[in-house]
Amino acid sequence: MSLAQLTLHEASDKLRKRELTSVELTEAVYQRIADTDDKVHAYLTLAREAALEQANRADEKLKQARDPAPLLGIPIALKDNFLTKGLRTTCASKILGDFIPPYDATTVDKVRSAGAVIIGKTNLDEFAMGSSVENSAFFATCNPWNLERIPGGSSGGSAAAVAADECIAALGTDTGGSIRQPAACCGIVGLKPTYGRVSRYGIIAFASSMDQVGPMTKDVRDAALLLEAIAGQDPADSTSINSSVPRYSAALNGDIKGLRLGIPKEYFVSGMQIEVGEAVRSAIRELEKHGAVIEEISLPHTEYAVAVYYIVATAEASSNLARYDGMRFGRRANGKDLIETYMISRDEGFGAEVKRRIMLGTYALSAGYYDAYYLKAQRVRTLIRKDFDAAFGRCDVIVTPTAPTTAFRLGEKTQDPLQMYLSDIYTISINLAGLPAISLPCGFDGEGMPIGLQIIGKHFDEATILRVADTYERATEWHKTKPRIQDR
Amino acid sequence: MKLTREGIDRVAVLARLRLTPEEQASLTEDLDHILGYMEKLNQLDTADVEPFNHAVNIENTLRDDRVTNQPNADALLANAPARDATFFKVPKIIE
Repeated sequence: MSLAQLTLHEASDKLRKRELTSVELTEAVYQRIADTDDKVHAYLTLAREAALEQANRADEKLKQARDPAPLLGIPIALKDNFLTKGLRTTCASKILGDFIPPYDATTVDKVRSAGAVIIGKTNLDEFAMGSSVENSAFFATCNPWNLERIPGGSSGGSAAAVAADECIAALGTDTGGSIRQPAACCGIVGLKPTYGRVSRYGIIAFASSMDQVGPMTKDVRDAALLLEAIAGQDPADSTSINSSVPRYSAALNGDIKGLRLGIPKEYFVSGMQIEVGEAVRSAIRELEKHGAVIEEISLPHTEYAVAVYYIVATAEASSNLARYDGMRFGRRANGKDLIETYMISRDEGFGAEVKRRIMLGTYALSAGYYDAYYLKAQRVRTLIRKDFDAAFGRCDVIVTPTAPTTAFRLGEKTQDPLQMYLSDIYTISINLAGLPAISLPCGFDGEGMPIGLQIIGKHFDEATILRVADTYERATEWHKTKPRIQDR
Repeated sequence: MKLTREGIDRVAVLARLRLTPEEQASLTEDLDHILGYMEKLNQLDTADVEPFNHAVNIENTLRDDRVTNQPNADALLANAPARDATFFKVPKIIE
């Protein structure tokens, strides 16, 4: 077995016991990348030299530290929308050119301080807008389980890197499902924390009322450990919440007796791949065996969530992306005057989906349409939030599929943006309501593609969803199955 | 409501995007299709519903007003498309 296959907690144990050095582990990860990334294309930028320096420093610390942090010496990958000081950050867009950030995102600073080794930056849909990484301005990423399929998006590079053992763990961001849907597509664990749990400072902004950073890992324990390392209030992000960060890994006690699982009837309807529904129902039966109690619940405004999301998210994006004007950083084209310089720089710098969303968002916020679209969507968003408030009066967590189908084929949905948007149907309500949710593997379809189980929690109750997910994971072997990466 | 080509042009100017004729045509079609789907929100009576404000209740968040970084013009200007000494160089703004 390659060292790169280790989970974060396994690798951390071996590093503490001095059975392994961080340099050996980091070299093993780069070897794995050399062997497989010409097929998977998970990375946009590698940082080998700096990573080996970090690994060396981690090994020194491991010799001295009595109780080293779990991340000390662990090679991790970062989605390329995290600002990394001195390391090229593109957001998979041409408009950022060869942008070298002058500072680190708070979460990057936290994992660096904990001693993690930063392997490189992973591919994504441009500005995190997409569900397949096909909107990257550079190249597509392939699903390690089948190179002709999408890895999911937008954090598809991070998901593929974890699934292909091209890192030990990764961080992604989730605005409408961008951690959970690729985690489901690639057969890994992905957690979107409560809005405000983790700092957004230094994350390239997409939709600020929903963006959230989270772990993408090989098992649930790793997600708990990584969340512990990145969570907490940040003076640089006024929306991060002053709420104590529990030791999530200590909550994984396998006890879910009497816990009420809400099953929303609106999530088990036509349009779902049959095998996805079967796998999720069978996972629910497994949780029942461990003492959980089933409650049928209703989230009546579910069918409006996609429309609300694509108004609110594009409106916020159109405003956030106004900063890309070619003046202080990024790409500048030469126009005859200032306005033309803006317009040509943005036309040449942004890809088709980003332009589509800027146009949609600008329209929804423009005079005469603001009430009909933006304000209307924010009112319906309140109704969606109230659905969850009411449901959580009757249950402790909500269990659903993560995505209606397994990973689709590259190119299958690129011609129809609305079809692509509808693949987010089970994940976006959670962002609209600001709730935490985790996706973990719960089976495979007939073609061998992974299926994701989504567990949604109350605000700031990541501990309970991690406990339920861990209980299920202990009883199953799905997370231990590895893809065999074959030539296309 | 039906989105026209003129409507798209107006929005493109607001968004500071120069669009090619092909982009204008495809965006008119795409946006019309997507906005048509959004119409389903009108099935709901929301006259008495407050617009969403924030996912979790937070009070005003304040922090101490103190300097935590050092001025470093070179680092900040390193990504500038054009610079002049310690300034960003930009096209003429006032005629």
